Amino acid sequence: MSLKDRLTELRQKGLTDIQQSGDLKDVNQIRVSLLGKKGPITEVLRGMRDLDASERPKVGAFANEVRDDLTNALTKRREELENAVLNARLAKEALDVTLPGTPVAKGEPHVIQQIIDQIEDLFLGMGYQVLSGPEVEEDKYNFEMMNLPKNHPARDMQDTFYITKEILMRTQTSPMQARTLEKHDFSQGPLKMISPGVVYRRDTDDPTHSHQFHQVEGLVIDKHITMADLKGTLQVLAHELFGDKFDVRLRPSYFPFTEPSVEADITCFNCGGKGCNVCKNTGWIEVLGAGMVHPNVLKMAGVDPDVYGGFAFGVGPDRFAMLKYGVDDIRNFYLNDVRFLTQFTKKG
Amino acid sequence: MKISYNWIKEYLDLDVSAVDLAEKIERTSVEVDSVVKPSDGLKKIVVGHVLSVKAHPDSDHLHICEIDVGDDEPSQIVCGAPNIAEGQNVIVALPGSRIADNVKIKRSKMRGVESDGMVCALQEIGFPEEVVPKAYVDGIYVLPADAQPGSPVFDILGMNDSLIDLDVTPNRGDMLSLNGTLRDLAAIYDRPVTLDTPHVTEAGEAIDSQLSLHVDDSLSPQYRMRLVRDIKLAPSPMWLQVHLWNAGLRPINNVVDITNYIMLKYGQPLHAFDYDKFSGQDVYVRTAKAGETLTTLDENDHELDPTDIVIADSQAPIALAGVMGGLSTAISDQTVTVAIEAAVFEHDHIRKAAQRHHLHTDASQRFERGVNQAGVQDALDAAAQMLNDLAAGTVQTGTAVGSNHQPEAAVIPLTLTHVNAVLGTDLTMDQVSHILETLGFTVKVAGDDLTVTVPIRRNDIHIPADLLEEIARIYGYDNLPVTLPTGRMTQGRLTPAQRLMRATRKSLEGLGLNQAISYALTTEDKAQMFLTHPDSQLTKLAWPMSVDHAVLRMNMVTGLLDDIAYNTARKVKDVALYEQGRVFYRQEGQDRPAEEEHIAGAITGQLVPAAWNQPAQDVDFYQLKGIVAAYLQDMAVKGDVTYEPNTEMPEMHPGRTADILIHGHKIGFMGQVHPTIAKRFKIGATYVFDLNLQAIIDMPKQENQYDVISRYPAITRDIAMLVADDVTNEQVVALIERRGGAYLQSVKLFDVYDGVKVPKGKKSLAYTLTYQDKHATLVDDAVTQAFEKVTKRLQDELDAEIR
Ligand SMILES: [Zn+2]
Repeated sequence: MSLKDRLTELRQKGLTDIQQSGDLKDVNQIRVSLLGKKGPITEVLRGMRDLDASERPKVGAFANEVRDDLTNALTKRREELENAVLNARLAKEALDVTLPGTPVAKGEPHVIQQIIDQIEDLFLGMGYQVLSGPEVEEDKYNFEMMNLPKNHPARDMQDTFYITKEILMRTQTSPMQARTLEKHDFSQGPLKMISPGVVYRRDTDDPTHSHQFHQVEGLVIDKHITMADLKGTLQVLAHELFGDKFDVRLRPSYFPFTEPSVEADITCFNCGGKGCNVCKNTGWIEVLGAGMVHPNVLKMAGVDPDVYGGFAFGVGPDRFAMLKYGVDDIRNFYLNDVRFLTQFTKKG
Repeated sequence: MKISYNWIKEYLDLDVSAVDLAEKIERTSVEVDSVVKPSDGLKKIVVGHVLSVKAHPDSDHLHICEIDVGDDEPSQIVCGAPNIAEGQNVIVALPGSRIADNVKIKRSKMRGVESDGMVCALQEIGFPEEVVPKAYVDGIYVLPADAQPGSPVFDILGMNDSLIDLDVTPNRGDMLSLNGTLRDLAAIYDRPVTLDTPHVTEAGEAIDSQLSLHVDDSLSPQYRMRLVRDIKLAPSPMWLQVHLWNAGLRPINNVVDITNYIMLKYGQPLHAFDYDKFSGQDVYVRTAKAGETLTTLDENDHELDPTDIVIADSQAPIALAGVMGGLSTAISDQTVTVAIEAAVFEHDHIRKAAQRHHLHTDASQRFERGVNQAGVQDALDAAAQMLNDLAAGTVQTGTAVGSNHQPEAAVIPLTLTHVNAVLGTDLTMDQVSHILETLGFTVKVAGDDLTVTVPIRRNDIHIPADLLEEIARIYGYDNLPVTLPTGRMTQGRLTPAQRLMRATRKSLEGLGLNQAISYALTTEDKAQMFLTHPDSQLTKLAWPMSVDHAVLRMNMVTGLLDDIAYNTARKVKDVALYEQGRVFYRQEGQDRPAEEEHIAGAITGQLVPAAWNQPAQDVDFYQLKGIVAAYLQDMAVKGDVTYEPNTEMPEMHPGRTADILIHGHKIGFMGQVHPTIAKRFKIGATYVFDLNLQAIIDMPKQENQYDVISRYPAITRDIAMLVADDVTNEQVVALIERRGGAYLQSVKLFDVYDGVKVPKGKKSLAYTLTYQDKHATLVDDAVTQAFEKVTKRLQDELDAEIR
């Protein structure tokens, strides 16, 4: 048998053995027995010494070819077997992907906070500052500087928790307007502010009344602020909180600290303006009070009403949340039932 | 105030429905609470003429009546009303009719007797009881004799009218009358309106010889009386009664009804006295004297206050001025001489008197807001003439005038430029002056300037801004342009404190706590628990609504415990809450408390819910400590955070409470609520923290910075040791850190054991020490050396037994 035939036979047998090998151990054994230092191919190569010098390169090349073929076949077979093992293991590892994920601790912002943050962000984007004042206020800032002198009949409209004759729980966040107006340097630019916070009224708690609730007051004072600007600002607010298809309309009202004073309605979100029992068939829902700042308020804060003017508005996040989500009892906001708190989690 | 649509239409030519009119009023003038047509929802209710009344054989109170309801045959109707009688015209609900509250009337049998309908009281067809004439409150109503049997009752009773209920704001006293409303509507619809001008026929003696008024004009700037003799007291005619009950007032008799009618029409409250009951001819308007009392018309006794304005005769008060008349001079069946008062009273006095005596009347409501001071005599004359027309009275000659101060009309300068600058409009001078003129204002125009004279009746208009409101509302708010403020730019940004508060909330939410907002007003007891400011005094409300919300909180924890109690009572067992808010510390001698921002949390049950692959793990001290530590790390306050045991807080578990210090300054506490306190709140084991957020805000912060990550490998060594029970982890770590050598990077506790294998009084602690040289590969020998050194120190200084 020529060396070449011997190599051909070795290749044939080797490839068959490799193909038939059942596991990685077999493959390894075949590799050692065929290609090892004591293996037949090494043997054959050793026998090349006896060949004619002209034959040697041919046989050498063929022997390398055979060795490469076998090496490739071994590698391929090893990969096949490894894959089979891996696949078998992975098959065993299969999970029920429908089982629930492991719970994580997750907290949510209060729904009122969400609304306040949303209002803050809107007005920050329009160049307003956010200011918060004391919750225990002086009568002077809560009422007098808001153009509500001691005997003003409108004081009956808001029942107040007094601590002493001059100290009270603020009934609105507008005292911060007076405090800021007093200090603001108009040579540095207009005053644009909102003041969010907790306010208190002497009410008995029931589904629609709470002795504690929230308010966000807004104030813009400059040389050329118009009522049309107020209308536009309230529209932006309504669009932000409720959606772009909501309209705002103004109605005359009365607040001692604004003149003209208006009440703002927005399109009823229950019926889209067609009329329903939520909006008492008007298609509109009252959401906030606003107006052009009363000259007396400016004067009392040391601002010249002949030069400066502007608008103010006050919104109730509690009322907004009740309207927006159909919350039927304002006390829900302050009793902190976890089942209530975790309902307002949509962030997308 | 309820105003009649039909009454308005008598004066104003309007081609709009009641609902549209109400909408217009709401958009332009004052809020409208409701528009009600009383006959809505009612049907087949007709006039019946009672032909005969017989007693029911099987009842002691039912009657069997034959009633002509306009059909060929009379109907037999069983009726239980005590006042039904032959010859009356009554209200009959026919079979198939619908009466109040959507009740359907069917043909029926009552105690075996067929009844073809029902004879109705006014209440049964929707009248509120308080407007039903007293004579008919407990029985059926008797219609006028000329009512046609079979015809619907609605027109007779004024029930086809529409009643617009105005919610008049405190500034618009003028809208509390027909005349005021008509004037506003004339401007809104730009139509002319002519109001009635009263003419009195005087016949009797001069009033001055019969009545003498003595008025303190600082209390009553206008005070007038007329005297009408030979009155025939009777029920008012139907049309007048209809006006009253449709406005929500009960018809009483022609004299009282006339005064109420004039009030509705002119907005001027009047009072009718029985002149013959006066003690003498002198009437005084003064403040009450000490000890004086008055029994008012509603038969309530009042002790008068020295600031109450009273009307008095020479003996005693006879009326609480502007609020309610006195019983002693009330109009009664015997009255033949009536003194009618028309006046203006100081609104402050009236407001306080109404509050003090809990008498909020139609009169006080109007005086508080201010009546038309230019129309007092008109109202008085109109009333006197009606007493002549409807009660056959003789109006005595002249008016007694006790005081007569006519206010000056306000004259307000305005410019067209200003109007447009404030409203953002482009109105012309013609538009502006036309609007003001339709409101009844007098306008003088010169170039850009307007000079506006305001009629006395509009006592709410004083300054240019008031005129702007008039112009804006009549022009229409819908017609205003929609713009945003322009002008100099401003920067909108949160302050560092506001940013930190937002970061605080985000951090704690990320750590698993839900934001709570609790009541800041609480009980005295709760306010003083969990105190971190032991010297703080309670801040109490002067007039709390309830003891539950009577004082300001001085801690944040009790509010959260209330929340947990609320959840626990509703079987919600796992609660993790945080709250950011203020506590109120008051120093002795000060009225106003300091407000300190706090951040607090409370957890009960499990923080992470148990699941199929996660065992239940009740919250414990260390879980809460992990949250607090992670939060404080987020806030990046400079300085070490340390925890010191606090055994002194009475509301906290003495062995499971720690003060939290930053750089040695106490900023709060954390730990387990004392079991007896938890029991009082009816809650389970609860862990809480309460931190002074203001302190955290004020403390210097670390900045984020980049540290090169070492390319050289780290080497670790573990050490386990037995130490005495009272040696703390903090002591061990501090010692290792102090003596660990230059390459020690970190010390991490990985095991604590004090089980059976550990001698009594000892515990086992195990730490991993990590060494690294940032600039070179660390030599093992160097680590071994450092480790041996620290081991020795632990043995020497803490008596540690290395295992
Ligand atoms: Zn609706």
